[in-house]
Amino acid sequence: MTKKKRNISMFNIINTTGFILLGFIFAYPFYYLIIYSLSNSTEAARSTPWLLPRGLTMANYMYLFKRGDIIKAFLVSLSRTVLGTAITVFCSAMFAYLLTQRKLAMRRFIYFILVITMYLNAGIIPYFIIMRSYGLNNNFLLYILPSAIGAFYVILIKTYIESIPPALEEAAKIDGAGYFTVFIRVIMPICLPILATIAIFSAVNQWNTWQDNFYLVKDRDLKTLQLLLLEYLQSMDSTLISDINTALQKTQRTSSLSLKACISVVTMLPVMVVYPLFQRYFVKGIMIGSVKG
Amino acid sequence: MKQIDSSHKASVYRRLQISFARRFNGCDLTLTLMVLPFVIFIIMFYYAQLFGWTYAFVNYLPGRSLFQQEFVGFKYFLKLFAPGSRFPIAFKNTLIYGFLGILASPIPALMAVFLAELPKGRFARIIQTVTSFPNFISWVLVFSVCFMFFSIEGKFSQVLVSIGLWKSGYNLLADESVTYILQTLLGVWKSAGWTAIIYLSTIAGIDPELYDAAAIDGAGRWHKMYHITIKSILPTYFVMLVLQISGLMNAGFEQFFVFHNSLVADKVEVLATFAYRIGIGNGEISYGTAIGMTQSIISIVLLFSINKLAKKVTGSSVI
Repeated sequence: MTKKKRNISMFNIINTTGFILLGFIFAYPFYYLIIYSLSNSTEAARSTPWLLPRGLTMANYMYLFKRGDIIKAFLVSLSRTVLGTAITVFCSAMFAYLLTQRKLAMRRFIYFILVITMYLNAGIIPYFIIMRSYGLNNNFLLYILPSAIGAFYVILIKTYIESIPPALEEAAKIDGAGYFTVFIRVIMPICLPILATIAIFSAVNQWNTWQDNFYLVKDRDLKTLQLLLLEYLQSMDSTLISDINTALQKTQRTSSLSLKACISVVTMLPVMVVYPLFQRYFVKGIMIGSVKG
Repeated sequence: MKQIDSSHKASVYRRLQISFARRFNGCDLTLTLMVLPFVIFIIMFYYAQLFGWTYAFVNYLPGRSLFQQEFVGFKYFLKLFAPGSRFPIAFKNTLIYGFLGILASPIPALMAVFLAELPKGRFARIIQTVTSFPNFISWVLVFSVCFMFFSIEGKFSQVLVSIGLWKSGYNLLADESVTYILQTLLGVWKSAGWTAIIYLSTIAGIDPELYDAAAIDGAGRWHKMYHITIKSILPTYFVMLVLQISGLMNAGFEQFFVFHNSLVADKVEVLATFAYRIGIGNGEISYGTAIGMTQSIISIVLLFSINKLAKKVTGSSVI
């Protein structure tokens, strides 16, 4: 008995140590980005920091924010995240509600063509041509409109609504409320948990998406933070390179690598703050999703 | 007068409603009209893209309508296999990344099995949060992290130089001999933690009595992990595997675009990035469409045949 007990605790020690190491592999890269961005760029370039910033300074951030493009890009990303999420949640929920109504003509067919969209992928070029033909190139609407209905989201909400006792909705209908009123007054409030889950998925998605921007929006005023980060990383932006070079010659206060670390941190921080707080909503999403399968 | 007019309109609408209900088995016209914008939206934003496939069969010139384009048949599909075409490279890489992904698929499942053995509490939750976090950042950020570590000035390079393993700084991201393995590991790093949480939700649903009964029968920890936990997640693993096999051809644009550079081009070019480079980069719209179309058709055939096979084996469909 005692031997067995020791075995178990031995296992626990190894297992826990294993996960501490694993956690380190997952977390340290992000931590490293943060301390590098806060380090004095000359010192960090000579010898990279390990646990604490080398020569703690905000100079890199000061330089980055002085450039101004990052603030604009942050606002664009924030707007697409807020507006895009609101539109996605509202439209997907409304569509899901209508699909639960037995009096809807061709209900099965409509549901079928919705589900098919999950497996439909025409490719990059048809997407490019069609969006351009709608006049969505160089248009903020490109960020928020095409994602208004997500088949997966609609399925999740539909499943959720179908689990609500129908009596609630019928009572409202007897009182003479129309579909829209029932949706706003009865369905939306009840569906709040699943809508929160979808909002959080959609928001992360919006924040991370940059391909639409990359393919179709050349307007600098509509550049998203992710694409700006990519451009910094690839140093494609020629004005950026010359700016950094002059900054280096003048003051030696920042380096291209420090700037890359800074903008990465700015891009990552919102997700980093939001994710741990809302993790349970994410998990709830997959639980409901797996019920369907 | 106005009132009469509106009540007249209302009665017209009422009559329409009644005849609609008669025709569609008691269905409601108002409801159906409400859903119409959504259906139009789906057609406009999803199905209309399929219409774009017609561009693969014409010699696309900008500024003309489809009907004014010159029809060229399968010219661009033949071009895929013409000598000097990079299509075979992109095709091969897409397949390789697909297969490597499938090979790596037990990793998150095993991770979940060991995660479930951690004592319940704060530590287990923190580990879950930390390991699943990378799933929610963009590939651009993953690239940024890699850049900070694996480029010449990066941490990894600096450490290896300081301990004398490397003579000078070295850019791992520009070394094509490690590209396949590096990209696969990055894929695992990004998604394994989150996939493990999906498996954990299955494990959480296992009846605890099973474990108690096994303990009474004298089963040790390894026995329980193998005979109860692993066997319970096998169906979930199977579903995930089927999904992954049907997604064999879907190597994502994002990952392989951000890690592209001229030195590793032959190893990171996949069909999606290739279609982009030809279609938008070079402006060869028709050729680019043909590339994307080939990929889409292969994946859809794969999806349905794998699903059919899975149905035959297990009796239930995955999609």
